Amino acid sequence: MARADHDALRREREVRAADRLLAPEGQDAAGPASEQPSGAGPAYFGGDEPAEEAAEALPQSEASAAPAVGLPEPAERATVRPPSLEGPPGRRRREAVVRAILFACSAVSVLTTIGIVAVLLFEAGAFFTDVSPLEFFTSTTWAPLFQPQHFGVLPLLVGSILVALGAAVVALPVGLGSAIFLSEYASQGLKRVVKPALEVLAGVPTVVYGYFALTFVTPLLRGVWPNTEIFNAASASIVMGIMIIPLVASLSEDAMSAVPRALREGAYALGATKLEVSTRTVLPAALSGIVASFILAVSRARGETMIVAIAAGATPNLTLNPLESVQTMTAYIVQVSQGEVAFGSVEYRTIFAVGLTLFALTLLMNAVSIAVLRRFREVYE
Amino acid sequence: MSTLTDAVEYAPRGPQRQRKGKLMRGLFLASTAVGLIALVVLIADIVLDGAGSLTWRFITSFPSRFAARAGIRAALVGSLWVLGLTTLFSFPLGVATAIWLEEYAPRNRWTQLVQVNIANLAAVPSIVYGILGLAVFVRAMSLGRSVLAGALTLTLLILPVIIIAAQEAIRAVPNSIRLAAYALGATQWQTVRRQVLPMAMPGILTGTILALSRAVGETAPLIMIGALAFVPFAPKGPGDAFTVLPIQIFNWISRPQVQFHHLAAAAILVLLVVLMAFNLAAVLLRNKYTKTL
Repeated sequence: MARADHDALRREREVRAADRLLAPEGQDAAGPASEQPSGAGPAYFGGDEPAEEAAEALPQSEASAAPAVGLPEPAERATVRPPSLEGPPGRRRREAVVRAILFACSAVSVLTTIGIVAVLLFEAGAFFTDVSPLEFFTSTTWAPLFQPQHFGVLPLLVGSILVALGAAVVALPVGLGSAIFLSEYASQGLKRVVKPALEVLAGVPTVVYGYFALTFVTPLLRGVWPNTEIFNAASASIVMGIMIIPLVASLSEDAMSAVPRALREGAYALGATKLEVSTRTVLPAALSGIVASFILAVSRARGETMIVAIAAGATPNLTLNPLESVQTMTAYIVQVSQGEVAFGSVEYRTIFAVGLTLFALTLLMNAVSIAVLRRFREVYE
Repeated sequence: MSTLTDAVEYAPRGPQRQRKGKLMRGLFLASTAVGLIALVVLIADIVLDGAGSLTWRFITSFPSRFAARAGIRAALVGSLWVLGLTTLFSFPLGVATAIWLEEYAPRNRWTQLVQVNIANLAAVPSIVYGILGLAVFVRAMSLGRSVLAGALTLTLLILPVIIIAAQEAIRAVPNSIRLAAYALGATQWQTVRRQVLPMAMPGILTGTILALSRAVGETAPLIMIGALAFVPFAPKGPGDAFTVLPIQIFNWISRPQVQFHHLAAAAILVLLVVLMAFNLAAVLLRNKYTKTL
């Protein structure tokens, strides 16, 4: 994070240096760019560019106190733009074509979102003309593939929440403990080795975790609790927890490392022990980043598919007992799409209704995490 | 805490607090160890299960109902096809979007919307992309259950990751480079094409390789769009039916017989070696260019 500060300052210096070089004679070229009256600035920049440049360097260094965790940040545009072009028309036409192509490419990502929302709403809408939303959200039986059919999404929802909560119970304390150790206790050399090693865990494909859950963790659990079912929520939860440890550890560590050193030294000066400095000074200061990493991790766990499809089973079971088999929303979607379900049938459309529920939960958690970041953000320096 | 009476009762309890500190230090160390031990156990478990089945014949055979004759040839070729097409689509698209956002986009609400949208897309569960692929590529565009449909779905999935990585790389190119190019009379595209992109390329490539390694390990969206579990032939073109390594692994795990579980472990070993090669390439690339720049 300190590097981002440095970069911002360097950029600002560069822009000023450029001003000095390009400023017309008779003007106070050494003055800061932001003080130049707009319009009278260096001929090179179109209008008020320099003022914006300088103004943007400041919020950027403020924002760098909080970690970027893949959440929307205020768009920062720091690259300089060219003057308006006075060239041969062929050259200008080519520039316009390039511009149009680049713009079209950037539209793809927006179209993706529109596509997702449109597909989910359209097909789920068709589903809800056959099945009342009331039944969907209140009935406690999910059996769309059997006769008589039941369409109560609650067992899938509870299954998803149960597994994600289990994963959180494993990953949050362990991940936070690792983050505190790496940020406050470990030497730089140890940190350089351990952090990437932990991050390897995040790169392992989920189908591999599924295999690990089914062939290693489940037999272990059955050794301890013999009445554990072969497919059970606990095994999937534990392994999913392992999967998201690096997410929590790495992002929380970033947040804690970004806390200014002066805060720690202030606490030491008041006679605090290392533990007290870590948990009562650094931890609260980094809270927004830590909470954001928790939310991101839980949201990843809830969207995870293959571990639960392999290890948690395929029984939509309204239970809170982690040793029983459950089915999550994601596992159901995979199960249906593996079988031969007729296109356009109600069974086919359950995919979209469940998918819409999942997508809505994702958006909700994203919104919560943005709100949390705003609420807890502590800005230093 | 800071009232006068508290100050009178001041008792530092030094040794007690130090002891508590030592205890907690042990706990923090232990939790760091949990992740590392889990990684070692995971790899050891897979090597022990799979090493015995990993032979040259296993890599060059098609799948079979008999565990002794089954292999991963179809899955390996399928994975390569999907990977190749995904690279072809996602790399230019992602880099172009990043260039637009960093170098061209006007500073307005639309640009901000695109930026927020990309961050949101990166958090959407992969299975939702599978649903999109099923409805749009497989059904609406009637590409069927083909390599092409799979590659397009994965392209949308990894696009946000590539865009964000490329944006960071482009942003890191110093403005003096752009100023110098403009001063020499270069147009905006000439500046981007010949100065900014070459300097940002190591960062862009590293991000792209890591995103592609994610695509190689993806299972759920490809199951959604109907990659088949049993394909006794290697795909010959983008219109063919296909399977990929993770789906072959999932298929073998889903069978009750232990022999098939061992095949799954052997296939996982192959998958992990491929992923390690990807990550190694990314690390080497990063190291090489951070030194020379």
